[in-house]
Amino acid sequence: MDLFISMFAATIIAATPLIFAALGELVVEKSGVLNLGIEGMMLVGAAFGVWAHFAGLPMIVALAAAVLAGAAASLLFGVLALTFMTNQYAAGLALAIFGTGVSAFIGRGFGSTPVDAIQPIHLPGLSDIPVIGAMFFQYDPLVYFSFVMFGAVSWFLYRTKAGLALRAIGESPDSAHAIGFEVIKIRYLAVMFGGAMAGLGGAYLSLVYTPLWVENMTAGRGWIALALVVFAAWRPKRVILGAWLFGGMTILQLQGQAIGLKVPSELLSALPYLATIAVLVLISRNRQAMALDFPVSLAQPFRPKG
Amino acid sequence: MTPRLELRGISKSYPGVLANDDISLSVLPGEIHAVLGENGAGKSTLMKIIYGATPADAGQIYCDGKAVPEHGPAVSRELGIEMVYQHFALFESITVVENIALSMPGKMDLKGLALRIREVSERYGLPIDPDRLVLSLSVGERQRVEIVRCLLRQPKLLILDEPTSVLTPQAVRKLFETLRQLSDEGCSILYISHKLDEVRELCHSATVLRGGKVTGETDPRQATSAELARMMVGKDLPEMMVEPSELSHMPLLSVNNLNLAPETVTGTSLKAVSLEVFGGEIVGIAGVSGNGQGELAAAISGEKITSAAEDIVLEGRPIGHLNAGRRRDLGLGFVPEERLGRGAVPPYELSENALLTAHRLGMVKHGMANRRKARDFAADVIEKYNVKASGPSAKAHGLSGGNLQKFIMGREIELSPKVLLVSQPTWGVDVGAAAYVRQTLIDLSRSGQAVIVISEELEELFEICDRLYVICNGELTPSLNRADTNVEEVGLLMTGTGSKPAAPDVQTESVRYAV
Amino acid sequence: MLFKIEARAEPSREMAIAAPLIATGLTVVISSLFFLSLGYNPFVTLYTFFIEPLTTMNGISEWLLKASPLILIACGLAIGFRANVWNIGAEGQLIMGAVAATGVGLFAPWQESPLLLPSMVIAGMLAGIAWAAIPAFLKDRMNTNEILVTLMLTYVAALVLSYLVHGPWRDPEGFNFPQTALLPYNGMFEVFDYSYRLNTSIFFTGIVVAVTWLFTERSFMGYKMSVGGVAPAAAKFAGFNASASIWIGLLASGAAAGLAGMMEAAGPLGQLSPQISPGYGFAAIIVAFIGRLNAFGIVLGGLLLSLLYLGGETVQMSLGLPSSIALIFQGMLLFFLLASNFLINFRIRKTAVRAH
Repeated sequence: MDLFISMFAATIIAATPLIFAALGELVVEKSGVLNLGIEGMMLVGAAFGVWAHFAGLPMIVALAAAVLAGAAASLLFGVLALTFMTNQYAAGLALAIFGTGVSAFIGRGFGSTPVDAIQPIHLPGLSDIPVIGAMFFQYDPLVYFSFVMFGAVSWFLYRTKAGLALRAIGESPDSAHAIGFEVIKIRYLAVMFGGAMAGLGGAYLSLVYTPLWVENMTAGRGWIALALVVFAAWRPKRVILGAWLFGGMTILQLQGQAIGLKVPSELLSALPYLATIAVLVLISRNRQAMALDFPVSLAQPFRPKG
Repeated sequence: MTPRLELRGISKSYPGVLANDDISLSVLPGEIHAVLGENGAGKSTLMKIIYGATPADAGQIYCDGKAVPEHGPAVSRELGIEMVYQHFALFESITVVENIALSMPGKMDLKGLALRIREVSERYGLPIDPDRLVLSLSVGERQRVEIVRCLLRQPKLLILDEPTSVLTPQAVRKLFETLRQLSDEGCSILYISHKLDEVRELCHSATVLRGGKVTGETDPRQATSAELARMMVGKDLPEMMVEPSELSHMPLLSVNNLNLAPETVTGTSLKAVSLEVFGGEIVGIAGVSGNGQGELAAAISGEKITSAAEDIVLEGRPIGHLNAGRRRDLGLGFVPEERLGRGAVPPYELSENALLTAHRLGMVKHGMANRRKARDFAADVIEKYNVKASGPSAKAHGLSGGNLQKFIMGREIELSPKVLLVSQPTWGVDVGAAAYVRQTLIDLSRSGQAVIVISEELEELFEICDRLYVICNGELTPSLNRADTNVEEVGLLMTGTGSKPAAPDVQTESVRYAV
Repeated sequence: MLFKIEARAEPSREMAIAAPLIATGLTVVISSLFFLSLGYNPFVTLYTFFIEPLTTMNGISEWLLKASPLILIACGLAIGFRANVWNIGAEGQLIMGAVAATGVGLFAPWQESPLLLPSMVIAGMLAGIAWAAIPAFLKDRMNTNEILVTLMLTYVAALVLSYLVHGPWRDPEGFNFPQTALLPYNGMFEVFDYSYRLNTSIFFTGIVVAVTWLFTERSFMGYKMSVGGVAPAAAKFAGFNASASIWIGLLASGAAAGLAGMMEAAGPLGQLSPQISPGYGFAAIIVAFIGRLNAFGIVLGGLLLSLLYLGGETVQMSLGLPSSIALIFQGMLLFFLLASNFLINFRIRKTAVRAH
């Protein structure tokens, strides 16, 4: 039972950076833009978070620095993809590579210095409930915040006019332009939101999860976040489900290594990646289900006519 | 009376084209004003400028006597100018009320808005259900949504861009009633069209455009169609030469009880479609757009492969399992409605576009493309089919719609197909080129080939076809001889409410179609 | 005064040439400012970065040695990219190529045979092809996004490599380092001169460049694939086979990447270690785009990027700048190149504000 509880809690925590990054990318893709550079933005966020932390700034400021850094990095992509109408695949890849470089540059010197991590908060009463407390009320604030963001993104997309407009732009930017929406501007905002969320996801890794700076510490989570959006068929609820699934896979792998399973550790480490492929295959086979919430204009350059 | 809208000296140029050249016009309150012109005359550009979707290079717009300085769609709305686009600005994945909410100012109140939609749609005889997803609506219903969206904002000027191209003759009449009602209430209407009869029936005044310039202002109720046509085209059109046809003994192409599920959520499924085409005739397929024409064209051409080979038979040979390339090898040619991106690769030169289907004329050796041959072929097509282009190295997207259509059609005809399927042959094609394209099709059929024309323009079908089928909701009626039918009957069949025509040699039986 | 963006009627030929120059110029300017802000003399740094590596024979040898796999892989990728087939996992295919080739080199019974090297070439290419066949199959049959699958498989390939060099293939006499034994002499490419590392494998790259040019610019299959990339509906209209594009696009790039991995193992490294590739598989994506998916453009792009790698090492050694500089450079250059391509199809004009 204890093992179950600890694995449950560990899964929730491991899923948190993925939830941030994938929710951000979901909003970006809903607006019809495909930013492949999540990995780069997460790394930039992670590095700037650590940098601010070691500059002696309070944790909340370090997180803000990561968010800003992620958003700034996403702007590079935005300018290329939205203003210069570059192939979005290429622009996203450029960002992934550039972000890796910038983060390594910023993070140099901080390597292996442990970070004074953000601690779980104790909720008097709630955290002390047996089992329930350990499962649901012993997390750091960012875990709770990830759920707040889930609620906020769902509410925004499906309950507000701005969210409706964003989805409409993702379906047909030409029509949206025709009825007077500023497509490019709204897409810029979406891209920056995606960058900010990726930055926060990255900072979660370096300031809470690991917690220290290691070069390339995202280890493919940015790409998994991208896969999660496909897996979720562009619906926020399933982003959470998917993140838990992959978080669980990571924890299972660590647990397997800890109890000394008689398989090579590399095989266990490969599990999350193999699982991603398996899930993608399963989800992609059903084209109809994919089509329902799919932003039709995804990755197509847009230029207002006139 | 102060004009509701006045344009003075509007000009607009795109790279290589002067779309609007010093255009002036004025519309009085409550007036239905036609902007008449053939495709490419600059009508749509002008409307976009009036609505503010496109800035003009020069000129001035006055609304109710006041100059409009900084223009844009938002300004238009404040001034009470609303526009119904030819290709609707609707989003398929959301509901009618959500679509309309997007263009209403202020906070979103879906419930209240749905009520108002019902009110307006009842008042103007435009029935729509606000809670339906747009993707489930027919084209006619979508147009109603567009119009209701405009009406909710109580416009002072309503712009309609070719509104009847997606309607049956009966629906056109209902639309006109609504427009007259609006006009009586004092709303001005700018009615863009290239259809003379409609303009003469509906409009109080007309401005005629040709090549971006105003070529005439007139009262269309007084003018004859011939006078209007001359202003529009600049010259008298050649008469069609239609010789009597001599049919082949066996059908060259037959479609047998074809059932096909749609590829997308928005598509139409084909239900038990059967048709036959003989050598020497032109067979038309009429219908309101979105009733399965696209699916039928893709199924016959081989872009979409059907499940059973016998579904489609070419000269006695089952071809339903073959792709478009293999079918072309066997003599089935196809000219699609989208010229850029389907019939031709937009950024490629014409010589490279020749290779697209004409590669089978010895342009490929040992896996290598023979560019010289492709060039020569393209040059031949340009000359033989009167394509106005700088030469084989002109880019496809640099050609006008009509010239690219002539090129594509020429390329396909040069493959000597036994059966040629043409979808929307004259969409976006200027009048001169359209006449040429139609004559080419007639000549082709009279030389023994079978021609199928899918078109939404009834006039065109009546002009060139020997027989007609009508497609509605994925079902095809038995064929009608052109000589024995009329626009009224076909129009009813297009809505699925007409009586099913008697199939030749079969006991007559009137069946009402369910909608 | 305002600026206005206008589409050109025809792509500008002058700009096609000027764009990469503008981009390189901008990269140099921005990076100079960057160096200045770090307290380095930008002229010295730029000299050390771009010129110094090419002043020695060894430098030139290293330059070509690094450019070779980049060009090779980028040629393969370009074939796929032209058809909208996005193989982002060349790095994984490279690793698998190196693994298979080293396996043959170390464990094939024909150690003494002159056929050892050719059999390693084949093994490397086949392994790259096999690794790329997985996403090809999944895309063709299961409609699965190849970007994500190729990427995930890159991580898996790295783990396979790690398992082998830490486990069964570890050199027993290697002081416990995670690496295999050295390849036999027969299993290595010959160097041109014993003082330098450049070897005969570069001829493979030359052949691949020529074949890629022929395939993309002259062959009918290359034409069909390009049509599928530029206008998928036109490819369907013409009856071109979309599956063929997927398979050829992925397998060609897989073969090229596998060969590149084999060339690394049987060339400068001579064995398998976790550091088999300094990210060639990813950098080749940049090379492919810098070269505008054209074989000769790719040669130039590969030489440029290789110089960036080399320059990065040089500034690290002689000026003490961090190695991540090279990555930042790459990214920045790619940004500017992508942005400047815009000028080929659009022009920017000054306009006066005017009331309508």
